[in-house]
Amino acid sequence: MSEQKPILHKGGTISVEATQQASRPRWRSYRIEIDSTKKDSSWWIPFVSMLLALIVCGIFIAANGMNPFPVYKKMFTGAFGTSYGLTETLVKTIPLLLCGLGVTIAYRISVWNIGAEGQFAAGAMAATAVTVYFPNMPGLLIIPTMIVFSIVAGGIWGLLTAIPRTYFQVNELVTSLMLNYVALLAMDYFVFGPWKDPKGMNFPGTPMFTEAQSLPVLGDTRLHLGLLFGLVAIVLYGFFIKYTRWGYELRLIGANPEAAKNAGIRISRHILLVMLISGGLAGLAGMAEVSGVTHRLMYGISPGYGYTAIIVAWLAKLHPIGLVVSAFLFGGLIVGGYSVQTIGLPSSISEMLQGAILFFLIAGGTLSKFHLRRIR
Amino acid sequence: MHETYSVEMRGIVKQFGTVIANDHVDFHAKPGQIHALLGENGAGKSTMMCMLSGVYRPTSGEIFIHGKPVKIRSPKDAMKLGVGMVFQNFRLVQTLTAAENIVLGERSSFWRGPKWMNSKQQEIEAIADRFGLAFPVNRPIWQLSVGEQQRVEIVKTLYRGAELIILDEPTSVLTPGEAEQLFTTLQRMKEEGKTVILTTHKLKEVMSAADHISVMRKGKLIHSMEKTATNERELAKLMVGKEIGESRAFLPRPQGKVLLTVSRVDVQADHGRKSLDQFSLHVHEGEIVGVAGVAGNGQKELAEVLTGLRSWKQGRIHFAGKELRNGSVRAAIEAGIAHVPENRMKSGLAGSLGIVDNLLFKTYRKGERSRLGFLRTSNNRSWSQGLVDQFDVKTAGLDTPVQQLSGGNQQKLLFAREVDQEPLLMVAVHPTQGLDVGATEGVHLLLGKMRDEGKSVLLISEDLDEVIQLSDRILVIFNGKIVGEMGREDADREKIGMYMAGLQSAEEEAG
Repeated sequence: MSEQKPILHKGGTISVEATQQASRPRWRSYRIEIDSTKKDSSWWIPFVSMLLALIVCGIFIAANGMNPFPVYKKMFTGAFGTSYGLTETLVKTIPLLLCGLGVTIAYRISVWNIGAEGQFAAGAMAATAVTVYFPNMPGLLIIPTMIVFSIVAGGIWGLLTAIPRTYFQVNELVTSLMLNYVALLAMDYFVFGPWKDPKGMNFPGTPMFTEAQSLPVLGDTRLHLGLLFGLVAIVLYGFFIKYTRWGYELRLIGANPEAAKNAGIRISRHILLVMLISGGLAGLAGMAEVSGVTHRLMYGISPGYGYTAIIVAWLAKLHPIGLVVSAFLFGGLIVGGYSVQTIGLPSSISEMLQGAILFFLIAGGTLSKFHLRRIR
Repeated sequence: MHETYSVEMRGIVKQFGTVIANDHVDFHAKPGQIHALLGENGAGKSTMMCMLSGVYRPTSGEIFIHGKPVKIRSPKDAMKLGVGMVFQNFRLVQTLTAAENIVLGERSSFWRGPKWMNSKQQEIEAIADRFGLAFPVNRPIWQLSVGEQQRVEIVKTLYRGAELIILDEPTSVLTPGEAEQLFTTLQRMKEEGKTVILTTHKLKEVMSAADHISVMRKGKLIHSMEKTATNERELAKLMVGKEIGESRAFLPRPQGKVLLTVSRVDVQADHGRKSLDQFSLHVHEGEIVGVAGVAGNGQKELAEVLTGLRSWKQGRIHFAGKELRNGSVRAAIEAGIAHVPENRMKSGLAGSLGIVDNLLFKTYRKGERSRLGFLRTSNNRSWSQGLVDQFDVKTAGLDTPVQQLSGGNQQKLLFAREVDQEPLLMVAVHPTQGLDVGATEGVHLLLGKMRDEGKSVLLISEDLDEVIQLSDRILVIFNGKIVGEMGREDADREKIGMYMAGLQSAEEEAG
């Protein structure tokens, strides 16, 4: 009978151990432990995930007969190397930041809103509705009205997920995802149907917005005021979560819902409010996109900002400053994806990278609970 | 290495962190025997059996099966050695049929067509017949009653060739009739020469069903004997122990006014049974009332009702002269009811948050802690620092996540928060669970101090020593009712033990 060392681990860890003291092959002198109490994943996981995603996609690029290094270099310079690239990256950052912040707030209390895409579309439609039905509104009023409409519309779209979740225990993943299709198809209906520009030669889009209906831009770039919306929202979020009663309640629900109940917090109410805000922010992103970038509502307005926002939020680990950085990175990834088209690769390379990053992030979150420990 | 024993465990020690669940336990059972392992909750019975079935591994000690030393590393290993366990919480796939569940663990169980499945079904039915375990083989598990599910579990172990069958608290989920049936089955297994081990805390069952009885208390095996050599009274005494904890009893105080009255409250349990049944209780000012009882007799529900976490159906609760609102945590907090929950990390503290956030739990709505919706951050930090100093919580800083503190310091933090609310009543559930001697003493002193300040404590604990040592009045809860009550002077372990086991009730005594 081989001697067995006492296995003592902190906080209920389970260990899978190779026994047999002597004549143990080298690899068996390690054991894998699961620390089931560990909740937070380590800070380095986002970085390692990105690196692994680059390597895996690099292999894929190489398999297609391309050298991955110049491809990545091209993407990088395309996104960050020129002033045109940089402002384009920032333009893409705006919707990612707003949608990313939206889903972050929901994820903080474990409400898995994946409907930012639909809430974005709802906001875009609401903002456009203002231009369609009130074309003669005084100049100063237009933009604020569009903002309010888009936030309310996005918020309502979010509530459509939150209400069934709160009162009937309907899984929010399913409803929020399904409502995306409803919103996107409704948008298609408007741009192909009643709102189509009569002078647009059958182009599926509304008439171009007027000067007063568009957000101001910086110089002759496409960078618009929406960036300020995003940054202000981030600062407000950071402030509210840290210094207000409401933020404290959210933190508590996020950290331990069971304990939050013990503190007398009614979680269902928070879910409603949080989804209202979450949807509202995505809706605002939709407004910024139509009013700041495309200047019209048109078919295929979002290249999946609402979905990319989910990855942005995870990569940032729900941290406000992390959100700014990861939204910027993903903006660059989209722009870089466009720039590799010139050397004969599809722009969907950036989507592949996005997917790979999320894959490694989620795997990293789970796997970081395992430890390899040497048995002495 | 006695040849006649089908299983022998020697010098078994099991440690979880700093807690010792089993302390040098020797245990053995013979074939053709129904062996009852008796003890209160937390005595270490289930831990012992989990080591035998490969769920846990002993920290030290040896296990012999039929005289041969073995290492049981997994439930699979245990199965190979002929050890099968029926857990208290069933390990069944709800959407699969009974037969599918039974063949699930098998190597060759992947789909072999209806013919193969049919032959397996016949095999299963034959086993079920032989031991008198009737259940619908082709129904999905979720349609089966709890008793039937248990039978599926038993057949599962038999089907896999178990010679040694462990049942963990098998009757806790059964109706009396079903329990009767189960014992017939066990009898048949015994006749076939199988070894049956059942863990339980019900004395009556032990006396009617078992051949051999081993009693565990606080991780140690106290006594092992044939059934014929003992009686219920002796077992009750053994189970709860004789030694009176070091008597550091507080001085008796004159009783104050009645603070809390619970009258005829009903609470429905999850299975549709009543977990509190016309429950009544009262607590005076400046009094520690201990509620003793075996877990699952309504203690949890009592604590939840008083703290607003659960609503009750009938009856009324009056607290400090007012009627308590049904099912409102906030109303309970505002009325002055503090709560030390059963599992501090699960529902008392938020592990990933810092000290300040954890201290704010119940007071953050108050004017001193927040104004116009904004937290008074610097104010709160100095207040937290004050509490940390006052309660001597050892921490690296105010922002340290509380999961990094030791259990004792976590409990101090929790007490700091609850005591700081200046409550009239503290509902403390297992307040010293998992704490070392020093920290336990600290908690006891705090509770005593509250009492001396004229506040009341409702102490719900499974630790009888603790209840006897601290309480001015002891209530014993059984099946959702108070069955016994005694003052500090008349506190008697043996008597409490009888009440706890449901062998005696105050009404019977009176009548």
